Amino acid sequence: MEKSPLVKLTNVGKNYPKLTALSSIDMQLGQGEVLGLFGHNGAGKTTMMKLILGVIAPSHGNVEVMGVAPNSKEAWHMRAKIGYLPENVSFYEQLTGLEVLTYFAKLKGYTRQKAQKHAIALLEQVGVAHAMKRQVKTYSKGMRQRLGLAQAFIGHPALLLLDEPTVGLDPIATADFYKTVDDLKNQGTSVILCSHVLPGVEQHIDRAMILSSGKMLAMGTLEELREAADLPVAIKVKGLNGSLREDSQLVRYLLDDNNGDLLTVPEQDKLVTLRQLLAYESIKDVSVNSANLEQVYQYYLSRHLSSYSTNQKNTKEYS
Amino acid sequence: MKQILAVAGKEFHDGLRNRWLVSITVIFAILSIGLTYFGAAASGAVGVTSLSTTVASLASLAVFLIPLIALLLSYDSFVGEQESGTLLLLLTYPLSKSQLLLGKFLGQGGIIALATLLGFGSSALILYSQINDPAVFGVFATFISSAILLGLSFTAIAYLISLSVSEKSKAAGFALMTWFFFALVFDLALLALLVGVEQGISQQGLTQLMMLNPADIFRLVNLAGLDSSDVNGALAIAIKSSLSQEQLFSILLAWVVLPIAAAIFIFKKKTL
Repeated sequence: MEKSPLVKLTNVGKNYPKLTALSSIDMQLGQGEVLGLFGHNGAGKTTMMKLILGVIAPSHGNVEVMGVAPNSKEAWHMRAKIGYLPENVSFYEQLTGLEVLTYFAKLKGYTRQKAQKHAIALLEQVGVAHAMKRQVKTYSKGMRQRLGLAQAFIGHPALLLLDEPTVGLDPIATADFYKTVDDLKNQGTSVILCSHVLPGVEQHIDRAMILSSGKMLAMGTLEELREAADLPVAIKVKGLNGSLREDSQLVRYLLDDNNGDLLTVPEQDKLVTLRQLLAYESIKDVSVNSANLEQVYQYYLSRHLSSYSTNQKNTKEYS
Repeated sequence: MKQILAVAGKEFHDGLRNRWLVSITVIFAILSIGLTYFGAAASGAVGVTSLSTTVASLASLAVFLIPLIALLLSYDSFVGEQESGTLLLLLTYPLSKSQLLLGKFLGQGGIIALATLLGFGSSALILYSQINDPAVFGVFATFISSAILLGLSFTAIAYLISLSVSEKSKAAGFALMTWFFFALVFDLALLALLVGVEQGISQQGLTQLMMLNPADIFRLVNLAGLDSSDVNGALAIAIKSSLSQEQLFSILLAWVVLPIAAAIFIFKKKTL
């Protein structure tokens, strides 16, 4: 039996007096699913998180989290099952890391002793246990970010909303973080991950949603988005020494501005082209790169921007 | 209730950690002990003066200090957390806005109340050890409890400010203006009204106007029972037609409850 989605947005919009922060968003998130939310600053990512958290109410449409509207009274008990890492948060500077986490754990319903025990375990998990007796004001940016993550993990949440979780983390900490996300996912936690740092995210998310100025530009698995965008595959070869320029079939894929070892091939011609390339005796190496998340993102964004500017031009001409 | 206590505990510990409790207590203790001993220095004698003179001087001092301290302690309570982002985070927790506000009030009010009790209580003890009159405790009980209510009232007013602005520096400015208004301008305006308006206002009217200022209610509570020679100004007139202590206390209490209710209302309307 199909489980009912953990988060369900139906035609959700949010208007502020002077701007439309979100318009007609439809989205569903299942249990154990990781959704990447991508967009520039001001695209509506944070607004969407706030709507799911129930901090603000939608102007129209329906938000359901675990079957209830998150800003209603009935949603009270499920708040303890949601973890949130805000984008810009500086925790109580004069408290120690352990005190901060213990406080937040208490607010999630832990008793004093259990709160402290849980806090220590979380600090160990994110790797700040060595500094837990130090005041937060002495923490580096990365340590603060880890503390924020530990805060989001309080109470083994069923739903995690992470706003720019890897900002300020060094590469090793970032890898640790994604490993934690993978673990949580395997335990059945659903995650919404908001980011504009694209490299490295793709293998950890199930689906991606691209937002721009409050509108949803695209949503789906990376493969689906790639397919819909129809972006070419980049094939790099070594050892052919320009002989491709004489190949009547492959020369059209060659980029003009290189020495003849980089081809951009439409997805559907990939295998045919590879076979042709492998027929060359002198070929030493070949690497195939499908369009990455960044390119997909750029594609949707530029398409949106160009349609936006044409629209503007049209309205200008008519007015 | 558990959530309220968790917030209150944190705020109270913040007050301890930032040395608020210690410094307020010490300020109150030094001033009150000083006044107890040297209050009559102007009249040529040094030593423990009469009970009513001591309380009169303490009250006129406390009426400036307590509002200022309460506003200083609490003006950034909400706007500060809003700026650092923790307010938004707290609101995603299973914690209602009124629970958060009441928790903060309990914690910070606790600091003010405890400091007032310890600071002024110390001079009550000293006074008692000198004049050996049990009446000291009755008078100081009234003084300290009204001083605590005054502190709580301005804590609540500070929350109103803190929730109505979006920048910490603005909140500080408003807090200062609020203090200036209630501690100084209001009474000057009353005096001007008394002296400047041809027909004058009735004693009754004056007393009623004073109910609009918690600092004046505090003055009335503490000076009404004293020899009128220690009291002067607009207050002396008001005292003659004064309300009963119970009435004054309940109005002062209303000055705690109403701003708190208003602050909860504003907080609920506020979007982040």
